[in-house]
Amino acid sequence: MKPFLRSALQGSLAAVAILASSAAAHAKTPADTLVMAYVIDDMISLDPAEIYEFTASEYMANTYDRLVVIDPANPSQLKLQAAESWSVSDDGRTFTFKIRPGIKFHSGNDLTAEDVEFSMERFVSLDLNPAFIMTQFGLTKENVKDKVRVKDPMTLEVELDAAYAPSFFLNCLSFTSVVVDKDLVAANEANGDWGHEWLKTNGAGSGPFTLRSWQPNESLVLEANENYWDGAPEIKRVLVRNVTESATQQLLLQKGDIDIARNLTGDQLAAVKKDPNIKLQSYPKATLWYMGLNVTNQHLGNPDVRRAMRYLVDYDGLQETMFNGTGIKHQTFLPDGQLGADNSTPYTLDVAKAKELLTKAGYPNGFNVTIDVTNKSEARELSASLQNTMAQAGINLVIKMADNKTTLTKYRASEHDIYLGQWGSDYQDPHSNADGFLNAPLAKRNQWATPEMEARVMAARDEKDATKRAQMYMDLQKLQLDEGPYVILFQQVETIALRKNVDGFIVGPTFDLDLYRDVVKN
Amino acid sequence: MTDWAIAVTPPRWRKWLLAETPQSRLQARLSRAYLSWVAFARNPLAMLGLVIVAILVFCAVFAPWVAPHNPIAGDLGNRLVAPGGEHWLGTDQQGRDIWSRIVYGSRTTLLIIFMVAITAAPVGIVIGATAGYLGGKVEAVLMRLTDAFLAFPKLVLALAFAAALGPGIENAVLAIALTSWPPYARIARAETLTVRGTDYIAAARISGASGMRILIGHIMPMCMPSLIVRVSLDMAGVILIAAGLGFLGLGVAPPQPEWGAMVSEGRSQILEQWWVCTYPGVAIFIVSLGFNLIGDGLRDVLDPREG
Amino acid sequence: MKAALRLILSVATTLLGLLLVTFIIARLLPADPVLAVVGDHASESTIEAARIRLGLDKPILVQFWIYLTNVLQGDLGESVRTGRPIASELARVFPATLELATLGTLIGVVLGVPLGVWAAVRKDTWIDHMVRFFGLIGYSVPIFWLGLMGLLVFYAKLDWLPGPGRLDFGYEEIVTPVTGVMTIDTLIAGDFDLFRNALAHLILPASLLGYFSLAYISRMTRSLMLGQLRQEYILTARVKGVPERRIIWKHAMGNILVPLLTVIALSYGNLLEGSVLTETVFAWRGLGLYITDSIFGQDMPAVLGGTIVVGAIFIVINMLTDVAYRVLDPRAR
Repeated sequence: MKPFLRSALQGSLAAVAILASSAAAHAKTPADTLVMAYVIDDMISLDPAEIYEFTASEYMANTYDRLVVIDPANPSQLKLQAAESWSVSDDGRTFTFKIRPGIKFHSGNDLTAEDVEFSMERFVSLDLNPAFIMTQFGLTKENVKDKVRVKDPMTLEVELDAAYAPSFFLNCLSFTSVVVDKDLVAANEANGDWGHEWLKTNGAGSGPFTLRSWQPNESLVLEANENYWDGAPEIKRVLVRNVTESATQQLLLQKGDIDIARNLTGDQLAAVKKDPNIKLQSYPKATLWYMGLNVTNQHLGNPDVRRAMRYLVDYDGLQETMFNGTGIKHQTFLPDGQLGADNSTPYTLDVAKAKELLTKAGYPNGFNVTIDVTNKSEARELSASLQNTMAQAGINLVIKMADNKTTLTKYRASEHDIYLGQWGSDYQDPHSNADGFLNAPLAKRNQWATPEMEARVMAARDEKDATKRAQMYMDLQKLQLDEGPYVILFQQVETIALRKNVDGFIVGPTFDLDLYRDVVKN
Repeated sequence: MTDWAIAVTPPRWRKWLLAETPQSRLQARLSRAYLSWVAFARNPLAMLGLVIVAILVFCAVFAPWVAPHNPIAGDLGNRLVAPGGEHWLGTDQQGRDIWSRIVYGSRTTLLIIFMVAITAAPVGIVIGATAGYLGGKVEAVLMRLTDAFLAFPKLVLALAFAAALGPGIENAVLAIALTSWPPYARIARAETLTVRGTDYIAAARISGASGMRILIGHIMPMCMPSLIVRVSLDMAGVILIAAGLGFLGLGVAPPQPEWGAMVSEGRSQILEQWWVCTYPGVAIFIVSLGFNLIGDGLRDVLDPREG
Repeated sequence: MKAALRLILSVATTLLGLLLVTFIIARLLPADPVLAVVGDHASESTIEAARIRLGLDKPILVQFWIYLTNVLQGDLGESVRTGRPIASELARVFPATLELATLGTLIGVVLGVPLGVWAAVRKDTWIDHMVRFFGLIGYSVPIFWLGLMGLLVFYAKLDWLPGPGRLDFGYEEIVTPVTGVMTIDTLIAGDFDLFRNALAHLILPASLLGYFSLAYISRMTRSLMLGQLRQEYILTARVKGVPERRIIWKHAMGNILVPLLTVIALSYGNLLEGSVLTETVFAWRGLGLYITDSIFGQDMPAVLGGTIVVGAIFIVINMLTDVAYRVLDPRAR
């Protein structure tokens, strides 16, 4: 019996030893593959007409071409992509695009004005989440067929309902003018759905990468498009794995099991900075961390309560710790870098002041209120800190944790008291955030929108004089700072951690400008 | 140790307890319990378990005096401090003292096991005793139900319940209780079957007591001792399931300290600040081990064949 | 024959009970199941259409009947998060759990049985106490925490074992799933390096699960063995001068083999359950991770689908061991 036991033990120990040695000897990531750990649970659809959330727009940017894109190196400049040139009519209402010749879709089909026309009509007709970006120019399901016209195989015309500043329209197009493969999508259409069911899980683009596989909440695999018109990417495959625990991301990166970790917290970035095999790369995003306060809540409806809450955040403490490297203290709705952005931060942690405001509002002892939080390390820790400082004035935050999609769904239905999350500009124009925070969708979700406010937002949008326009946005930010239904906390800085041997990864101001094309592994 | 104790003049109460011919039912029972205790106390591991649980109860009751810091109020300037000095188990990502949170967390743990016990045991006893006493079709149906529940996977079902009910201590308790009553029903039924035919129950019946009254007044109390033992044997398992729920965010709502959730929160710091998720796990382990040691000791005493 | 029929009947009712419970949980949901399916932008008419499509307008008993027939036809509904059929998603992830639980049980048996026998033979010596204490620790330690500690020590600090996942991260999508069992698929692909990599990734999580299985198996083996060692025939054999090793491994073992098989089968069922918390820690894409992910996603249909699968396997294992017991053990006939 004893010899048996001994041999069994010895056998298993030997097996462990052999396997362990082989594991250590194994090359960590394949030389031709970029391996990235990323939280991609907000990716719910791959259809460009539906893509609106962060990680999916990154997918879209790398697998599709758009007529025009923002130059990530210089966000105030536009770059032509699928369009070779553009012009605008004298009345400012009709835009003409010349399509770049020689672009082929992954299917082998040629990209022509027909495809662009189809894509725009599809985008507007499906009327999904991002459709408003186009419908705000007077394009509707009914008229889009007449307003978007193919002049010849390589020329397209778009007619708007009024004259807008060309940069405003083109900024919007930089997100929405994704060209899908008309023949391929039409072939997969079912019940007049514009191929939506199919395109939700498949690709029909012409971009530098093709979609190989997508398992929701698990992984996304892209392969290089060897025939890309602007040159094939050097890296042959991009593997994105959903890793929700940032500690696991850190571990994998330091061990060399992945090339890039996308979601490290401030603490972790500080830790990996010391690792000689790792480098950091960052870019301030047009993304804000904020709390949305539903004003139909009996407590949150009171402006003094909202003011008090803005005094109950340890902005500086958070900036130095959790957001060290991942955020900059920011309290207005326009991120730094956009026209008219007000970077002042009048609010600091001031419990006495907050108590005074609460007493004035009739809640000297505070109250209970729920807060919906996405289950990500950063949001989790941020909410814990908010809970802590709010409690000092008696406001008891009851944290409800769920995944991104669930909290968003609840938020969109205005079923929240407080929502803690991020808002990213849809395009690099102040109107995106002004409209978002003061009108739709955020002000509507928080039940604070009014027709008067909408009118002021639209007036700012249509102002042709840049100086006047900037001043109008400054005024709107003052108003939001004082009585808005938000506690705006930080402007996100996207800092990614890479192995030293990875070069050429582009981090842009928005997620649809995070590009893999130039990545090389040395 | 015990031999030595007996060698010294045994006090009168011990003599009474050890009497060969007990004078009353009470004396017989107490005597049996005392003998079990003597056997139990001879097992050093079981006594270790008892000490652990005693410390747990002590910490829970006297938490404000045992814990040096406020378990909820944080201080960002003092976060992730390494163990030693003022914070001898360190601080977490909110700057809260981990030892204090563990001490207060013992309240949560005790509360959960206590609530599970007083929820699941009565359900089991009612179903088991009713089945055993009434017999026939009722028994067949009730015991079929019990067997079915017994065959379900406990943890997964508790997870499903908790996920449907949402996070919160009451829901966690309910989820665990809903999956842990079947063994109690079986025991209660077995006990009922042995006492059902006794003269004592017959006498009650002749004196005109209703079925309900017999069930509640006479049969259920008889089931209690073995049920209490069984419940205490299950406590370690309950602690682990509760910690698992907490780890998955289905336990107590933050910021109340709960050990499973503390492990989960500490995960993002595991590489640099290992203490944040290590110590709460050690607490779960020690307390669960304590209950298991007691359970093992009890099993030895009550079922000597196995020992 | 009659016994077999009764057995089948009892399994059927137990499964029915399981489905009833999951059905009740589905209705317990405080949130509106319709809203979860159609999303936030749905109009009144879409909501109404979905209500009818989901059968929520029908009486509750009819709803249960529909639910029952769907599940029995292998239709577990669609995942709220991904919109894909839950049954096929579960089928995709299940082999990973099977692989883990099988190796875990193997470890539990290979180490647990000898330890149990050893403890029984040396009853009340320090060896016995050590084995029992070692087993009790296995019963007491929270598996998710032990997993984290294991990763911290063996992967992060010592670098003896590979990290989370079923293969090194960059390779996981390369292997074409044939059986879904990574060790087999890598062999089919003919890549011996990846096979060893897959095996290396299995060591830590499987050892953890194996420890739990060991705790249970060694304890039951000890107890069963003690029961045999007290028997007359052992004494007789000893008097006759049969070598001790033969007495234990041949005579006594032969007699406890059948109940031991039951114990092993039950521990296998328990490991399927134990995998829930283990897989979460090891990013092991199996049934357990699927269930916990679905919990975070508040994807109740998926959670319940997973529960049904684990429950059904649990129940069937119980049944099979019962049958095996009857067939193999002459006394039980």
